[in-house]
Amino acid sequence: MNTYYAPEDLSKFPTIGEGAPELWKKFSEWYGAVFAEGALSEREKALIALAVAHAVQCPYCIDAYTQTCLEKGSNEEQMTEAVHVAAAIRGGASLVHGVQMKNAAKKVSL
Amino acid sequence: MTLKPFDAALSESKLYPLTATGITVFQVNIGKLCNQACKHCHVEAGPGRKETMPKQIMQACLEALEKTDIPTVDITGGAPEMNPDFKWFVKEFRNRNRHVMVRSNLTILVEPDYKNLAEFFAENRVEVVASLPYYSEQTADRQRGAGVFKKSLEALKRLNGIGYGREDSGLVLNLVYNPAGAFLPPSQKSLEADFKRELLKRHGIIFNNLYTITNMPVGRFLNYLNASENYDGYMEKLISSYNPNAASQAMCRYTLSVAWDGSLYDCDFNQMLGMKVNHGAPSNIKEFDLNKLCNRRIATGIHCYGCTAGAGSSCGGAVA
Repeated sequence: MNTYYAPEDLSKFPTIGEGAPELWKKFSEWYGAVFAEGALSEREKALIALAVAHAVQCPYCIDAYTQTCLEKGSNEEQMTEAVHVAAAIRGGASLVHGVQMKNAAKKVSL
Repeated sequence: MTLKPFDAALSESKLYPLTATGITVFQVNIGKLCNQACKHCHVEAGPGRKETMPKQIMQACLEALEKTDIPTVDITGGAPEMNPDFKWFVKEFRNRNRHVMVRSNLTILVEPDYKNLAEFFAENRVEVVASLPYYSEQTADRQRGAGVFKKSLEALKRLNGIGYGREDSGLVLNLVYNPAGAFLPPSQKSLEADFKRELLKRHGIIFNNLYTITNMPVGRFLNYLNASENYDGYMEKLISSYNPNAASQAMCRYTLSVAWDGSLYDCDFNQMLGMKVNHGAPSNIKEFDLNKLCNRRIATGIHCYGCTAGAGSSCGGAVA
């Protein structure tokens, strides 16, 4: 192995169940239920997953949910906007902590 | 990579051997000549192709069909309209009271030499099944070639102008979507709603139904899968998405596919792979035997997973 991330590893995800089959079973059922059509459509949930995948920067999830979004009928424009949402929240999260910087600076300043 | 044979999947779902349940669709591929050369085309059709069904084979098709009650004729290609005997062939089927569907790439309808085709379709009550991979220009042209989307819109507007797509006209216009890449099609129902909304809003275009079709690992699409190193992942996806319900309703079970040279196949994909009807049924239109063909065993291969993945895929879209 010359890299921590290999595309073929994505399909090995279920092997995680070998160490704790009951926990894997619970996770799988819950995961399936989360992405099923509900108050949100499967397409909307896939777009949220794609955005979160970018926020947590998981290459497996980005690969999987790019395909899922396409298979749920989203197009590249919509998917790019979802990634911008993730980027805006990440960027905004950094920036809004600037208020803490200002508070800290104020506390020690004359 | 070892792929699970399709017949093994059939066996596990108690469908082996897959057999025909009759013939309700008589599909005729009248040639590989086309004015386009789409990247996903399983026929590998294009302007340079010479294979064209001659009139004597067409005559044999008509004679074979006359012996049957098969209600629907599905004419495909290439661009079937480019066969010099296309109009004669359509009229002959209509004279025999068969429902005729023509698979059109749309752009042929606005080529200077073919400009009266829309009116010809309407006069002969032909159901038009037209390829339009997406409602945006960028995606459509990426698959079908530069400028195809604009020409397709022009053709659709012309068809709408003479009544195609209007519920009360009886002139049926169905669109075909297939993914612009190595992924499965979305839900047919939800994508049809998107297409209807966007084509009406953006271009004032209406149509009846959208068929979502999975790209088969055959022809140019197979070449693309190999060249882009997507073959393993795509096949894995098709195999893991095997749906017994889709397999039980596969189009090969009710379709007979005739090639430009009169050879018989279970489907257009087998036709492109050279896998003729076998297992005792005749493999040429000149030896047409309805009983044997209606009860034939289907010739299968690894590509068959394309028709059985997810919601399934057929020339009439999703099946399950």
